[in-house]
Amino acid sequence: MNRTTRLALFGIAVAGFGFVLVDGLAGLPDFGNYHGVYGQVITGIGVTERHATDLVTALNFDIRGFDTLGEEFILFGSVLGVVLILRELRGESEHPNRHEADEHTFAGASEALRALGLMIVPALVAIGVYIVVHGQITPGGGFQGGVILAAGPFAVFLAGRYLRMKLIAPHMLVELGDAAGAAGYALIGLGGLVFVGVFFKNFLPFGIPGHLLSAGQMDLASAAVGLEVSGAFLVAFSEFLDQAVLVKDGSG
Amino acid sequence: MSFLPFAVAAWLFLAGLYGIVSSRNLIRTILSLTIVQSATYLVLLGVGYADHAQAPIFADIPQTAKAVDPVVQVLVLTDIVIEATVTALLLAMAVQAHKRFGSLDPSDLRALRD
Amino acid sequence: MHITALTVAVPMIAAPTLVAFRHWTPRILNDVGATGVAVAVATLCALLLAKTIKNPFAYWLAGWRPSHMVTIGISLSIDPIGAGLATFAAILVTGALVYSWRYFDAADGLFHALMLVFLAAMAGFSLTGDLFNLVVFFELMGAVAYALTAYKIEERGPIQGGINFAISNSIAAYAMFVGVALLYARTGALNMAQIGAALDGHRADPLVIVAMTLLFIGFMTKAAAIPVHFWLADAHAVAPTPVCVLFSGVMVELGVYAIARLYWTIFAGPMAPHAEELRAILIAFGTVTALWGAVMCFSQRHIKRLLAFSTISHVGLFLCGIGLLSAKGLAGVATYIVGHGLTKAALFMLAGVLLHRFGTIDEFDLHGVGRGLPLIGALFATGGLLLAAVPVVTTFFGKSLLDGAAIDAHYAWLPTVFVISSMCTGGAVLRLTGRVFLGWGASEREDVVQAVPAREEEDEETATRDFTPRLMVLVPAVLLAGAIMIGLIPGAVPGIETAAAHFRDHASYIGWVLHGGRAHFPPASTSHLETYDYLYGAGATVGAIVLAAVTLFAYRLKDRLPAIVLSPALAGLRTLRGLHSGHIGDYIAWWTAGAALLGGTSLVFLK
Repeated sequence: MNRTTRLALFGIAVAGFGFVLVDGLAGLPDFGNYHGVYGQVITGIGVTERHATDLVTALNFDIRGFDTLGEEFILFGSVLGVVLILRELRGESEHPNRHEADEHTFAGASEALRALGLMIVPALVAIGVYIVVHGQITPGGGFQGGVILAAGPFAVFLAGRYLRMKLIAPHMLVELGDAAGAAGYALIGLGGLVFVGVFFKNFLPFGIPGHLLSAGQMDLASAAVGLEVSGAFLVAFSEFLDQAVLVKDGSG
Repeated sequence: MSFLPFAVAAWLFLAGLYGIVSSRNLIRTILSLTIVQSATYLVLLGVGYADHAQAPIFADIPQTAKAVDPVVQVLVLTDIVIEATVTALLLAMAVQAHKRFGSLDPSDLRALRD
Repeated sequence: MHITALTVAVPMIAAPTLVAFRHWTPRILNDVGATGVAVAVATLCALLLAKTIKNPFAYWLAGWRPSHMVTIGISLSIDPIGAGLATFAAILVTGALVYSWRYFDAADGLFHALMLVFLAAMAGFSLTGDLFNLVVFFELMGAVAYALTAYKIEERGPIQGGINFAISNSIAAYAMFVGVALLYARTGALNMAQIGAALDGHRADPLVIVAMTLLFIGFMTKAAAIPVHFWLADAHAVAPTPVCVLFSGVMVELGVYAIARLYWTIFAGPMAPHAEELRAILIAFGTVTALWGAVMCFSQRHIKRLLAFSTISHVGLFLCGIGLLSAKGLAGVATYIVGHGLTKAALFMLAGVLLHRFGTIDEFDLHGVGRGLPLIGALFATGGLLLAAVPVVTTFFGKSLLDGAAIDAHYAWLPTVFVISSMCTGGAVLRLTGRVFLGWGASEREDVVQAVPAREEEDEETATRDFTPRLMVLVPAVLLAGAIMIGLIPGAVPGIETAAAHFRDHASYIGWVLHGGRAHFPPASTSHLETYDYLYGAGATVGAIVLAAVTLFAYRLKDRLPAIVLSPALAGLRTLRGLHSGHIGDYIAWWTAGAALLGGTSLVFLK
């Protein structure tokens, strides 16, 4: 279809679909008027049953942990897909750009930027670990913390040292971390099956709410997820950066 | 006022669809897809919001305090992760598309016509 | 039952393990390992199926059972149809993995890992009882499928196919998220049984109708119904053969399953006063899909695209069957899915054999090359007959149940639609068999009726070969044998009918999911074959053979048709084909139109 026809068709279609959508949304209760039973039950029992004060994490890693398992593997599968799609082909090589990449500088990357970038790295890692580990107490958890952890080595790249970043976060290691995190999370579920008879049932002691080692397996699950997310994001970063910075198409 | 978030969500959904249909660049198509997904976040979070309520974190508020719905927050978290990863996958495909087709314009992707 | 969650957990532990060690493991270890895991999952699912035939049950994950009729955790609600589909998926994955032992250069264990995650997704999708969980597994199936579609990055087609697939199915998923949000706001629940219980006894107001529309259009996109089907032909044309096997064999069918599941657990209550209108809407979509798919199928020369459109046509039949909203229709669809899935899987594998051997997948380029391969030709022909639903194979039993259900519901013209579609799809396969393996018919296409040559497809390996690994023929032969014989196993089809009747039992479902305990079903009736079933079956088969013969030998006859019939027909065909442009903007415009159509007709007729 040419562009005009396509837009004309879409114009009619979107008017209809928009009407349908709004008609449906109009039936929702007023914004701010939440009285749903599911959420109220969770806020009622979450702390007492699981000794976790962050109920979002409690839902994520315990009550609806199976959803998170699926989500973990979407992350895992997609990143695997990225590796698959950006894999090296015959005719492509990494060599020609290597020396450029070592001192790959962004426009105007000064010494100050480099120094700042490198200073940020330990701060990012520390914050990332803190957020992962405190997931069941305060807002945070494996996903959020994992992304911050991935930003650590990435800051090295931003400071202008791409090959240095690859030294800190080598391909094989981050892939291993990604896989270990994914398998680890599934194994935690299995642990529930083996130790207390139901897949994903919380099998570690619950501790005292508000303390670091509380809420049973949530800490462990957070760690597994944090490992996986940071690994996955670093794998994805590396793949894209390889394409942009290193790979030269053999045929030109 | 009470319908505004949902109206915005509907608008985003439709605007994102328009972006995909009318886009001349794959990157813009992928970003429009992201916009469509933002609409779903708005609907989900809007559904769970309660006036004069706190976040469902009971570390420093009493357990009996009124809180917003934690369930939709978990759903949106899952949603966000899904979006990030599928976007990454699509962008990888866009990189390869650029290499193979020499262009990012969907009209130039002509390997699959009937 | 303790092993329930293992069906999903086992492949999910195996896949990262494969990936972690992939730089060090030899290919054979990946092959054997992945196949072993698939076999294990198939066994586990079969055990679940055996257990649940007597008594469906719900497995509450993380140990959170419902309290006071409020579900807190996620349940796997296992009933025979869900468990059966999971088993079927696992069997097909096993077949695809065994087939690919000899097939192609699997990149370092990534392929195997993705297949295992795909299997986990399909198993979880079939077994879950939670609405949001269903959408999560839908996305998981999708993400892995997109990656597998774009596998052959050396070529241009797969990248485009992957992009179109990913964007189309992602939009579908986002529509579903909105639908879930709507239902959650109304009922406060995410468990399907609880949502259904909450909606019972209330009329369907626009919110419920729109939620249904959004969820249905999402699953119809996965199932590739018209007009949201465009991604499927693209994806099938370019994905590696073992992956196409799974797409057509079971992934697409899971979309149909989800529509049925959602209807009977959630929407049956509020939609009951308007069941007749809903029936009409679903059958309308199904009929258009069946006929459009049949026409497009017959006009293809790219064999994988031909098979893809044949799948779309069959999905139309399935949608009609589900749309009849009866136990017999459901049973017919379930039986037909098994027969069709095995047949289509085998046909894709055989197409892969041709590609592997001769380096091309274009019907005309392959003219006569198969003369020395009688066995493969015979298998192809068998597949064609199975698609035409020749008596008394599994597809025939499925079709007969559908015919019976259509007549019961006073849709007497529907069996004719079924006959026409299966005639075209079966005939297309028979035609290509004749052309490739017997050298019949023209060797070059002279006019515009047939599609452009399938030159784009380079092969999945490079050169032509002069041998074919036995495994690549053995696996499809086994699948075809299954497609022929499963319907004949005593008690199989009546068992499916009983399972379908129980599937429909909305009140019982709520009972055994939310309260646990044994389900009490009223006794279900089973059908017998009537004369008209044999007539329809024979008619479709004969029609397929005639259609193939006419196209091969008497093609010039069409020029004798009066111009007043010929020109509009050709113009129409050209327009239809032109719509399949490969442009994602076109596809999404049609998607929006489809959603508007489904939503609009639903709001008008179902209020």
